Amino acid sequence: MNEIKQIKVNAIKNGTVIDHIKAGTGLKVINILKLKQSDVIMLGINLKSNKIGKKDILKIENRELTHDEVNIIALIAPNATLTIINNYEVTQKQSLMMPKIIKELIVCPNPKCITNLESITSRFELTEEKTGTIRCGYCEKKYQVDDVSIKI
Amino acid sequence: MKNMISMRDLSKKDILHLMEIAAKIEDGEIVPDLKGRLAALLFFEPSTRTMFSFDTAVKRMNGSTIIMSGTKNTSSKKGETFADTLQTIAQYSDIIIMRTPVEGAARYASEIVNIPVVNAGDGANQHPTQALLDLYSIMKTQGTLEGLKVGLAGDLRFGRTVHSLAQALSLFGVQFKFISPSFLQMPEYIKDDLEARKIKFTELDDIEGNIDDLDILYVTRIQKERFADPEDYENLKGSYILKKSMLDNVKTNFKVMHPLPRVDEINTDVDDTKYAYYFPQAKNGVFTRQALIAILLGEV
Ligand SMILES: [Zn+2]
Repeated sequence: MNEIKQIKVNAIKNGTVIDHIKAGTGLKVINILKLKQSDVIMLGINLKSNKIGKKDILKIENRELTHDEVNIIALIAPNATLTIINNYEVTQKQSLMMPKIIKELIVCPNPKCITNLESITSRFELTEEKTGTIRCGYCEKKYQVDDVSIKI
Repeated sequence: MKNMISMRDLSKKDILHLMEIAAKIEDGEIVPDLKGRLAALLFFEPSTRTMFSFDTAVKRMNGSTIIMSGTKNTSSKKGETFADTLQTIAQYSDIIIMRTPVEGAARYASEIVNIPVVNAGDGANQHPTQALLDLYSIMKTQGTLEGLKVGLAGDLRFGRTVHSLAQALSLFGVQFKFISPSFLQMPEYIKDDLEARKIKFTELDDIEGNIDDLDILYVTRIQKERFADPEDYENLKGSYILKKSMLDNVKTNFKVMHPLPRVDEINTDVDDTKYAYYFPQAKNGVFTRQALIAILLGEV
């Protein structure tokens, strides 16, 4: 298993590897990144992981993620590992942490919330990391990250 | 303190400071003077009771008010935006007091204008001055907010007032009895907050026989419309009506509170007992709002 992963990672010349994605979330990540048909992507689903049991892994060639994209992935796949490969070398590696304050990325599900009635940048606060509970900074309603729609 | 948007923003210290100022205003020890200051009362959703209370509070301190009441929507597609309306009014006045059905509107207002904003109710979200006047009333009748036994009765699921009150009292180690029909119980997210603060509570379904050890019973109305079957309402409602005959063994310091208006959930025979406190409670609203406005305008 480890060996295969190794080969895959090494196969990338330039690009990004997102590892330790919560199993079943890989496709969601692909959606968010709005990958083009011409992009070279490899997605592994339900791979065995010592760290989290089962995981998805995603490799994208010739693509570095924007700050916003990293933030969104941190939301839907907290604890994923992001690795940037440059000329076969790992140039950057970081563990993604759910942000404490989430601006703009989430649409508040509450139809009575001001953020849905005026053009306002939404703002959510992470209230419980373990369950992915967030609270709208305006209407103060609480939601689970998994239940809200993310602006992409 | 720059604005009053949500009880969530207040620390125990903030609350106690406000209570202290309210008490001094009531006693005449502090006489804030708002002469020449103008408060804009923007009631995008009408609430005569709350508007009068704020209007009275400002005028008792020699301030004046401009009042807008009744516009249904905060944002009108044709006219100017909500943001522009607020910006304009902020040019005329020294403080904005606003009520709207739109949740989070007061928070947003406080972010775009540079004068203090008071939330006088934003939909089902917050109505912090109601919670503050409730706290002040409890403080005044009990001498403290610490370690009391408080019963909250009626519609605990949809009642914004009881949610804010429970959260605020949880800062003071209060024990609760939640008395409601099972489908109108206190929501989980409030109970989670209380559990996180190690607050003890029990859930009951009848007022009678459950109030003798309480210091405060806070009664709210159960709306008939909440029931799918009107017959269920008729069968249940008796359990949530307070009558004089239930008060025989209550504690001497016991007080009954209600946010008003009352329909029939407190029998009128309770009114002339020494336990009835709902009318003074309304009066306390003026002192509390005076204190708040004076603090926000830097007059105390
Ligand atoms: Zn919201």
